[in-house]
This record gives sequence, C-alpha cells and structure tokens, in this order.
Amino acid sequence: MLSSRGLVSLARVRQGLKVLACEKHTLPDLPYDYNALEPVISAEIMQLHHSKHHATYVTNLNVAEEKLAEAQAKNDVSTIISLAPALRFNGGGHLNHSIFWQNLSPNGGGEPTGALLEAIKRDFGSFENMKNQLSASTVAVQGSGWGWLGYNKQSKRLQIAACPNQDPLEATTGLSPLFGIDVWEHAYYLQYKNVRPDYVKAIFNKANWADVAERFAKASK
Amino acid sequence: MLSSRGLVSLARVRQGLKVLACDKHTLPDLPYDYNALEPVISAEIMQLHHSKHHATYVTNLNVAEEKLAEAQAKNDVSTIISLAPALRFNGGGHLNHSIFWQNLSPNGGGEPTGALLEAIKRDFGSFENLKNQLSASTVAVQGSGWGWLGYNKQSKRLQIAACPNQDPLEATTGLVPLFGIDVWEHAYYLQYKNVRPDYVKAIFNKANWADVAERLAKASK
Repeated sequence: MLSSRGLVSLARVRQGLKVLACEKHTLPDLPYDYNALEPVISAEIMQLHHSKHHATYVTNLNVAEEKLAEAQAKNDVSTIISLAPALRFNGGGHLNHSIFWQNLSPNGGGEPTGALLEAIKRDFGSFENMKNQLSASTVAVQGSGWGWLGYNKQSKRLQIAACPNQDPLEATTGLSPLFGIDVWEHAYYLQYKNVRPDYVKAIFNKANWADVAERFAKASK
Repeated sequence: MLSSRGLVSLARVRQGLKVLACDKHTLPDLPYDYNALEPVISAEIMQLHHSKHHATYVTNLNVAEEKLAEAQAKNDVSTIISLAPALRFNGGGHLNHSIFWQNLSPNGGGEPTGALLEAIKRDFGSFENLKNQLSASTVAVQGSGWGWLGYNKQSKRLQIAACPNQDPLEATTGLVPLFGIDVWEHAYYLQYKNVRPDYVKAIFNKANWADVAERLAKASK
C-alpha cells in the first residue's frame, strides 16, 4: 500500500476491493421454455433474444462495470464519465429484458384485476383505452426502443412512456417500470417482419398481469 | 383571397400553391432484381427493405410535407416546428435508402480505384484500414442507425461517421454521404440474426465503388 508518492489511504483500498468484489451480473433464466409464448412470440425469437441479445448485454455490462471499478480506484474521472453510454446501453438492456421476461407468461393475457385494474380505469378510463394508448406510443417509437406502462410516484398515477434504445425507464424518466414492450426489430422481425403493429397487438395475449400488479403494488407503497 | 381579416398577400398564396404543387416523392426503382445481391443480402430482405420499409418512409414523408405546406400557408409556426421529427425520420429514411440502393451492386466488391483510392490511402493509410475503421464504427452503432464514409468539404478529407436512426448524414454532420451501411436490424436480421459483424463484413463484397467514386467526384468539385 506504500508508494514513492506516499501512503495510499486504507479506506481507498477497502473501497476499491469492495467495488471490485461486487458480484457480476448473470443472465436470468427464462421462467418458461423458449416455445412457451407461441404463437405470439416464436421459439426462434425467444432463443435468440434471451441467449444472444440479453446475454450480450449482461457480458458487456460486466465489462463496463469492471472498467468503472478500475477507473474509480484510479480516480480517473474522465474514464468514469466516458463509460456512461456503455453502462446505460448494457445496464439498460439487462434491466429492461429482466423485466420483460417476467412481464410475459404462457398463461398471460386476459385483463388485469384488483387494484391494478382500478388504477387503469382511474388513469385511462378503461383497460381498452390504456391498451390503445400504450400500443400507439409503442408502435410510434422511431428506431429501436421500448414502450412502457409506468408508475409516477410523485403524482401517484399510471403513465405511458417510450424510451429509445435501451434507456431504462426509471433512470430516464423517474417512472417505475410496470409493463414494457420491446420494439427493437430483433424482438419481432423474424415472425412479424415490418408489421410492428401486429406484434404489439398480439403481445397483450401473453401479458402477465399478475406480475404487473406486483410491480405496481411495490411501487405504490 | 379576401377575408374578414383583410387582404391575404398574393405572394403568400403563390408561395403556398408552389409549395403544395411540389411533386410528391416516389419510391425509386431498385437498379437490380431483389435477388441480385445474394448471397450477401437475401432476396427476402431486399424485398421487404425496399417495398415495405423504404416505401413507408416515402409515404410518410409525403404526408409530413403536406402537413408542412398547410402549416406554412397558415403561418402556424408551432406545427412547422413539431413536424421536424417526422421530416427528419422519414426524409432521412428516404435519402439514406436512395443512396444505399446505388451504393450496392450485383457486380460490386473488389477495391476502389483512381481518385477515390488515392483519397482513401491519403486519409486512412490503406483501403484495408478504411474497411476496418468503417466496419468498427458501423458495428458499434447502439440501436438503429447507419455507418458512413463521408466527405468533409471543409477539410477536403474523407471521414467516417455514424448516425442514429434515420438521421441523414449531411444534415446532421455536414459530411457529404459517399457510402452508407444500414444497420437497422431489418437490414440483416432475417439472414444474419444477431451477428451484425458478419453482415457488415460481407456487404463490402457488393460495394459499388464506381458509385462511391462518382459521389466523391461531385462532392469535391
């Protein structure tokens, strides 16, 4: 810990070790088989989407976080700042997809119930209205991105938002993510080609409203 | 031309008519058959890319320009401003793809020659260096976008750039577009899946260096 420049503070060393010892992120298992969301999302898409795309975000997030820890240990502010895009892209990709797999279920579809349905009626008038608005916002994403049903903790209201690329909802808008629709072309192209509206329409048939209700309950505490 | 609010200037009317009478944009024909770029780009991709994606940009650009003309006629500045994203997205999409189809050829590939090759050697050291740098920038695009070899009229040098979504090169960076590589997933996913680097590597085999050379010649006048 000593160097020709003087003592290195032990606190700094501990901090460095603690940061470096953080566990790496791992690809979460899918809660169902790759073919479980058919016919809404094909097994081929699910396999590529989970084992290639999401896996790559996890790998690259770990790389970025390792570089971040190194930069922090060296107090290299410039590098810390320059890592932001990689952290946002890969960290967002990991966050978003981790939610996505839970937001969907082979037994999904139908309509929400209970407190979630009440909130939807209160903030959108009806479940149908919410679906229409969320679909429109999601289809309208220019390029790659996600459509979201989120919860605004300040106003205590449900709110629809769209984010570009892998920008994560909460860090970007402050909204708590409840239900997300991935409209990167890799999420649907092999099956729906350019007809994004058909994919967005169909995905509600696998929406796991129980999971969305749980997220809503947690966010509204 | 008279109204209860007073005379409408004839100049304004003429301007409105002239704007409204502008020819609509049309989808340019592909200079070759849909299967002509195989095995680098499949016929299926070419057909969807040209007849669906590019066609949609043309349609929506015409809609946006019609709305623009109406807003100009009414002097509705707010609407004029609000149309900017639609014009950038669809106008950019039309510009970019119109260049793209010409940038590729069934007889493409090999190496550039003449003034283009000299400029490449001068600004990149070698054709190989250019390919490597352009490939790296293109593969690195986060989300949807394009990699470009462009010409900087100020510095009189070739330059590599990447643009997000359909942002057109010249309006965004000032660089004159010479050769573009579309890395929206629809450009390659049906064939290359998530392996964008393979697509970017392969596309040089259909690069129409004669077209690129022509663009450089025009730009460097």
